[in-house]
Parts: sequence; C-alpha cells; structure tokens
Amino acid sequence: MDQSKIRNFCIVAHIDHGKSTLADRIIEKTGLLTSREMQAQVLDNMDLERERGITIKSQAVRTIYKAKNGEEYIFNLIDTPGHVDFNYEVSRSLAACDGAILVVDAAQGIEAQTLANVYLALDHDLDVFPVINKIDLPSAEPERVIEEIEDVIGIEAQGCPLISAKNGIGIDDVLEAIVEKIPAPKGDPNAPLKALIFDSLYDSYRGVIVFMRIMEGTIRKGSTVLMMATKAKAEVVEVGYFGAGQFIPCDELSAGMVGYFTASIKNVRDTAVGDTVTDAYNPCTEALPGYKKVQSMVYCGVYPADGAKYPDLRDALEKLQLNDASLNYEPETSIALGFGFRCGFLGLLHLEIVQERLEREYNLDLVTTAPGVIYKVHKTDGTVIDLTNPSNLPDPSEIDFMEEPVVSAEIMLTTEYIGSIMELCQERRGRYLGMEYMEETRALLKYELPLNEIIYDFFDALKSRSRGYASFDYDLKGYEQSDLVKLDILVNHEEVDALSFIVHKDTAYERGRKMCEKLKEEIPRHLFEIPIQAAVGGKIIARETVKAYRKDVLAKCYGGDITRKKKLLEKQKEGKKRMRQVGNVEIPQDAFMSVLKLDEGK
Amino acid sequence: MEHGRELAVYIHLPFCVRKCLYCDFISGPYKEEVRKSYVNKLLWEIDSFFSEIQDESIEITSVFFGGGTPSILPATEIERILCKLKEHARFKNPEITIEVNPGTVASFSKYLEIGINRLSIGMQSTSDEELKILGRIHTYEQFLTTLELAKAAGFKNINADVMYAIPGQDYASFEKTLTACANLDLTHISAYSLIVEEGTPFYGMDLDLPSEEEERRMYRGVARILAQYGYKQYEISNYAVPGYECRHNIAYWTGKEYAGFGIAAASLIENRRYTNTKSMEDYLKTKDYAELKNLRTDCEILGPRERMAETVILGLRMNKGVGDGAFYDRFGQHLNEVYGEAILKHKNEGLLKVSGNGSIALTARGRDLSNYVMADFL
Repeated sequence: MDQSKIRNFCIVAHIDHGKSTLADRIIEKTGLLTSREMQAQVLDNMDLERERGITIKSQAVRTIYKAKNGEEYIFNLIDTPGHVDFNYEVSRSLAACDGAILVVDAAQGIEAQTLANVYLALDHDLDVFPVINKIDLPSAEPERVIEEIEDVIGIEAQGCPLISAKNGIGIDDVLEAIVEKIPAPKGDPNAPLKALIFDSLYDSYRGVIVFMRIMEGTIRKGSTVLMMATKAKAEVVEVGYFGAGQFIPCDELSAGMVGYFTASIKNVRDTAVGDTVTDAYNPCTEALPGYKKVQSMVYCGVYPADGAKYPDLRDALEKLQLNDASLNYEPETSIALGFGFRCGFLGLLHLEIVQERLEREYNLDLVTTAPGVIYKVHKTDGTVIDLTNPSNLPDPSEIDFMEEPVVSAEIMLTTEYIGSIMELCQERRGRYLGMEYMEETRALLKYELPLNEIIYDFFDALKSRSRGYASFDYDLKGYEQSDLVKLDILVNHEEVDALSFIVHKDTAYERGRKMCEKLKEEIPRHLFEIPIQAAVGGKIIARETVKAYRKDVLAKCYGGDITRKKKLLEKQKEGKKRMRQVGNVEIPQDAFMSVLKLDEGK
Repeated sequence: MEHGRELAVYIHLPFCVRKCLYCDFISGPYKEEVRKSYVNKLLWEIDSFFSEIQDESIEITSVFFGGGTPSILPATEIERILCKLKEHARFKNPEITIEVNPGTVASFSKYLEIGINRLSIGMQSTSDEELKILGRIHTYEQFLTTLELAKAAGFKNINADVMYAIPGQDYASFEKTLTACANLDLTHISAYSLIVEEGTPFYGMDLDLPSEEEERRMYRGVARILAQYGYKQYEISNYAVPGYECRHNIAYWTGKEYAGFGIAAASLIENRRYTNTKSMEDYLKTKDYAELKNLRTDCEILGPRERMAETVILGLRMNKGVGDGAFYDRFGQHLNEVYGEAILKHKNEGLLKVSGNGSIALTARGRDLSNYVMADFL
C-alpha cells in the first residue's frame, strides 16, 4: 500500500464533546460497517465503558475511505480517553499518530481538558485541525467558538468543519479534511524494523496481542522480533490490522501502518508499552524514545474478600497491567485484611474503573481501603521514605517533618460561579494563584491544591457547585511541607490498620468525628456493645457506640412461612460473607471506603 | 400395628369480613358465589392430589382450617371438606382445628358433630381501643361471648391468639391482656409480637410502636405470666397446658409431610415444598390438575443438606430443641459432626445449650436472637 494513502490520526476533546460519536460516524461513513451492523459507539466495546459513557482504553480501528479525488485511503483511527485521569493513555495514542482532530462543543466552547489534550498533541508534533460539533443545538455558537480556538489555542479554525456527529451532519467534510490536513506517514519500508508498542491485550488463546505503529521497516508472519527494552524475543505468529471490533490478519505491515502482532507470548512483562519492536536478526540501531514512566497519583489497598483468592487477584492484576500500563501494584499485608496489594492509580476514576474491571472481568470480590496519595516522610536520621500506606507511618518521634503532593489546577468556568468555586478551593486548603478572563463570561481560575484534597470528591463538588459549568485539569507541581497526622480508628478498642488515613492536623477532629459516625451506620449490631473511636497519636478525639443486638427473631413460622424464612436467613448469611472479621467484630467490606463518603448528606 | 404414612392437612379458607390492618395473609371479603365455587374447587384439588399420590397408607394426623376467617363458611361446607378427606385417607384420631373470629357467627355444636375438636380464636387484646387500632371488627366483650358459646357447646381444646407490641401499648396494658387471657381457662395461647409486614396498611404508617427493649420485656413477660397459670412455652410464640401442644404446628417444626389445599397453601410432600397460586381467579379457572401445578410458586426440592438444615432451624424454634438421637436416626450423622463449629460458637455466646446426649436447644437469649443463630445452620 502506498504510504501517501495512509492517514494515522486520533480525535481529542474534552469529555462529552462527542469524540466517540464522531468516531462512530467516521467508521460508518467509510463503509466498513453497514448502518445495521453499527452498535452505538462500537469503539467502546467494554461493557463498563458503555455503561459509564466514557472511553477508558485507547482503541484502534482501520477503515477504508474513497475520497472525492477518486483515491482510496486507509484511515487508522485511534480513539483516546478524555478524562484527566487518562492523560497518559492519550499520550500513548498520540505517539502512534501523525495528526489529530480536535472536537470542540459548539455550545460549551473550550474547556480545561480541551486545552490539556491539544497541548499534549502539539507536544507530540501532531498536526491538529479543529471540528466544531453539536452545531444543531439551540445554544450552539460556532462563530464564537471558532474565535475562541484561534485566540486561546492559536490554531487556524476559520472554515473548519461544522458538524453534528450525533445527527450525521458535516461528516463528509471531516473525512475530506482528514485526507487534506493530516500528513501521510513517513518511513522506509525496507529499513530495519522499528515499531512502537502503544498498547497490548492478553488473550487466553493467542497470548499477548501487541498493538503497534510501524515507524520503519516491515513486520511479517514468521519473522523473529526483539523487544528492545525487555530483550524478549519471539517468532511472529500473526500480523494484522484492526477491524471494527475484530482483528483482521494480513501478510505484512510496513512503515506508516498501524496494526498488531501475536507471537505466543505468555509472559505479559515481555511486552512493555512504549518499547520498540525490531527484527532480531536485523535490528535497528536506536530504539524509539518510548514513554516516560507514568506516575501514580493515588494509592489504595486492594484485598480479595476471600483470602484464598489472593493468587487470583495477583494474576488478574498482572493481566490488567498489560492492558493498562498506568496501573502499578506491590504486595502488602494488613492485620485486618490479610494479604493483598497496594495499588497505584492515575486518579480516583482510574481506581474505580480498575476495581470494577477486576470484579467483573476477573470475577473477584474485593475489599479496597480508602485511597491516599504518596507522602514524603523525612525522618530524624536524615532518610526520606515515600509513604503510600498510612499504617507504615513511622513513630512520630522518628519523624522530622512530612511533605504532601501539591497540584497546580486550572478550572475553567462561567463567571457567575467564581465565588462558590473559590470557596470550594479555600475549603480544600487551596492557594489562589490568579484568574484570567477568557472572554466576558468565562474565566480560568488557577489554584494550588494539596492532591489529597482533590482525590476524593472534588470533581463531584465542582460539578454540583457550578451546575456542571466548571471543568478541571491538574498537573502535579511538587511536594510541600505540611502539618500532617495519622488518624487511627479503633473498633472495640482494637486499632484497625486498614481504616487509618493521613489528614491535615486542622481537619483531624472533624474527619475523625465524621468517620466514627459513618462507621456507626456501617457496622451492624453485634451481641455486645461496640465502641468506635478515632485517635491521633494515641489520644482519642471522637467516639460513637454501636449498641448491642437485642432482637432478631421471626415470631411466626408455619407451613407457608418456611420458604420465606429460609430466604431471609440466607440473605443474612450472605450479608455475613461480605464482612471482615476484625478481632471479634464483623466489619462490612464497604466500610473500608467510608472515608470517601464523609461529606455525604451534608 | 404397622405405621402408616402420616400427613398433616392444611385447608386455606381465604374469606374474611374485612382485612385487618396488619394482616399479610391471602384473604378478602369475597361474595357467596365465589365461596361456593371455591369449596367445590377445594374438593376437586383434594381428589386430584390423592389420585396422583396413590398411597393407601396415608393417615391424616391433623387438619387445620385457617384463613381468613373460616367460620364465615357454613359448617356444612366444612363438613363436605372433611368427608372428602375421609374418602381418601384414614383419620388417625386427628387434631382438627378451625380458626374462629369473634364477631362472626359460628355453629359450635355442629362443629363438634362433624369432628372438629380444637378451636383457635383471634382474641388479640382485651383493650377495645387496641383492637380498633389493629382494625379488628370485634370487641373484647364479643370475644368473651364467643368463648362462652364454644365452651357451652362442649369445646375443651381452645387456643387464643394474643398480640402485643401494639402501637400505643404500654407494659401495664400488655400485662392486663395477658393476665386476663391466662384466667380464661384455655388450653393453648399463641402470643405474637406485632410485625409490620410490607404490603399491609400498617407498612409505611407512622406507628407509635414500643421500643425494642420494651418489646423484649413484654416477650419475657408472656412466658412468666403464663407460667403462673400453668401454660408452658413450647415454641417461640406458643404456650400450652402440657398435653395440649398443637399437633398440627409441631408437624411443621419436625419436618413431617403436610399437604396444603386452596390458594396460597404450602405443602411439603416427598421432600418437595411448593406453594399454590395466590390468585383466586387463577385457582378457580384452572381446568386440570397439571395446570394448577404449573401455577405453583416457591417450588424446591430438599436435598439431604437442606433437610438437615431445616431440621435444626425449625427444631430450634421449639423449647425442647433438636434431639441428637432423632437427628442421627434420620441422617446417619450426629449434630456435632455436621454443625460442630456453629454449635460451639453459639454455645460460647450463651445462645445455645447442649445437653449431655448432644441435643441442642436455644437459651432464653438465644430465642431473642434466633435468626442470628439459625443463619449459621443453613
């Protein structure tokens, strides 16, 4: 295939601006699938994505487009997630592309993640052209948005396609623009093989399926490839490209193309995302730059509800990591929860998604502890430790001082909500940096915020206090010294390590009190009275009591009541299974996440 | 003499004058034509059941006419049902009970004539105010009249249903009802704490219910007061003069076979449990037995493990508990072999007592928390 007839591109946008819908239309219009075959959002093929309406994993698809000039073009469309948690995934997808379509909502205009994603694309030297979506909305203002794009981002937007992806308006213009504005790939098909791994997937029949972009050379069935970073070698069993929702084998893939190979690779660690694939017998001289190692922002403990499932959890995490390079984990043990893993995530949404995937795709029943960030503990002996698990905090006498991660946050919002959002940031210990007006009614608010104040429910609070008119993006800025303490929870006078968390000294009392109240609701009554206490440094700062159980009996049980009675007892028994025995108290699994719900019902 | 196959029979008569506010039984104020066709259908169901089961050795040990208010039906209708049962199975000196509600006319002498030998009267409370709150149609005075008539006709074995933890009830009022009831020279008293069931008018109403502490105080009061008058607790909610324990209900708690006829009636036959359709319309319009069987709900086949669990769960409801000897005879394993862990746990918690021969029974505290204990035997 002629390289000049290939277009490798992705679509970037702020969440909900219609990126996945545009991808669907492109696939539909290029005729690879008939309208009847189209499921809504074919790229989002995981159940979970469909339910949440967001795209988690980058996915690629190859389609054929017959342009107005009569030529056929291969489009390799790589879908990217839009949520701030997934910048890393966006970044990976971009490296496989030569250009990007920027989708902007005609009513909403530029949002925080529009900017973040465009800058990412420009950083990767991609040619970006804008598309204004949702032009059929009554509130659409395409002219204003075009101006905004030119002013704020500084890319040409006059004459860009005005479309409605949902209703199929203007899609032909987008297709033609792809041909015209996105450069064809370069690279010599006869040079030694050099391909970038941008994703991979584990299949129980085929082993690891490696997703790659060929930069130089050609990859064929039967050739032996070398993964340059891991040094793993394998014989290629199959190469192919991505049909919509399926793998389509072919004979070879050459420079400029996007596709996959399988090589009966069983060890998921052999195929690191960002690594360079080359020919084992004719290697290229230099590997591609790859990706910088992704930094986890949020950590939590993940334990199997049934301790015997620990090996299953380990295997599941290993396989999931292959599919999600931003997930990190290492084994840990808890007195309350037994053997498990401390896992690192990009953000809270990422955490939730991983947890759900583990439960659904791997059929695991999990207990997760409250998420936290990485604190730097400077000890009196001059050493510094990275603290990801609160229960590993050294004795206070050994601590000189502690530091917590701080992010610089940009919040884009309509001016009427400035007051309430500033208040929110103040409550979360934010430091005001400044504000810029984008136009008369829109402003960009800049704050520094401790990461641990935004990982829980900041998004939700932001949304509700701005009625959805604020968008948010953040970057890790660095570490700052902070007055932090460990809040311990004692249940029936026993400290429960998995319930400890780190808080700022000034909010310790408030959080401790709320935590006790919350646990009082969560822990069922037992045969004895259970005190629930919060303590800082051994000093009790709050207490609640779960009263003893007095009555649990069915007064009537005759012939017709037996079935119902058994169902009731079974439910009771099931409920017990979802409990963790700590000392002589049974704690429901959900209670370990209680700290997340402290602001509920306020 | 050779033992036959014992069977307890329940006949559901879903007719009442008016629904009580707490009632979750299937019943309603049906017209007379419906009542007539219902009895005919019952006779047909009994015929069908026995012709399918084809077992000459069946001996009926008890019959229970429950409702609703079965006493709404003329005694001749009840007689037709009993005759139908006699056509198919031997009567082994059965206990035959009928539920009676004060405020309805019951022909007690006729009842005795047709073989009914036990009455269960819904007294509920001696306070007219409380009866009104419950939505009952009768007064205490009417109950006393009904009782007098029954005794005068010659009934000796009489149960009264008593309710406590009624909205607005205090301990003094509860004590008054219990003491009055104990003085009535009955043979059996069933005392239930009011349960607000989903689907009843009470559900969702803002009721002034006694606290949990108060309710348990009343519960313990029942056993104490009744004991002074010679009634002994033999099940979580049942008390009797020794020798007058309800044989029909004991059949349920000891895993005996029972056949239920009529809508919403449950049966346990050959380790299968099922419940008839709850719809009067469906029940009346079915033409053949297979169709009626298709409408059954909650069908389950009890495997050995379930039978063991039920033996313990139901057995523990009774004060005498579960005998290890009987359990071993039935299942070839000792209680301790199957449930050692659960028994030890609850024994240590003071909820279960284990006798020298390995039999188990709930303690007084165990009765308060019986669900908590029983869940571990599933």
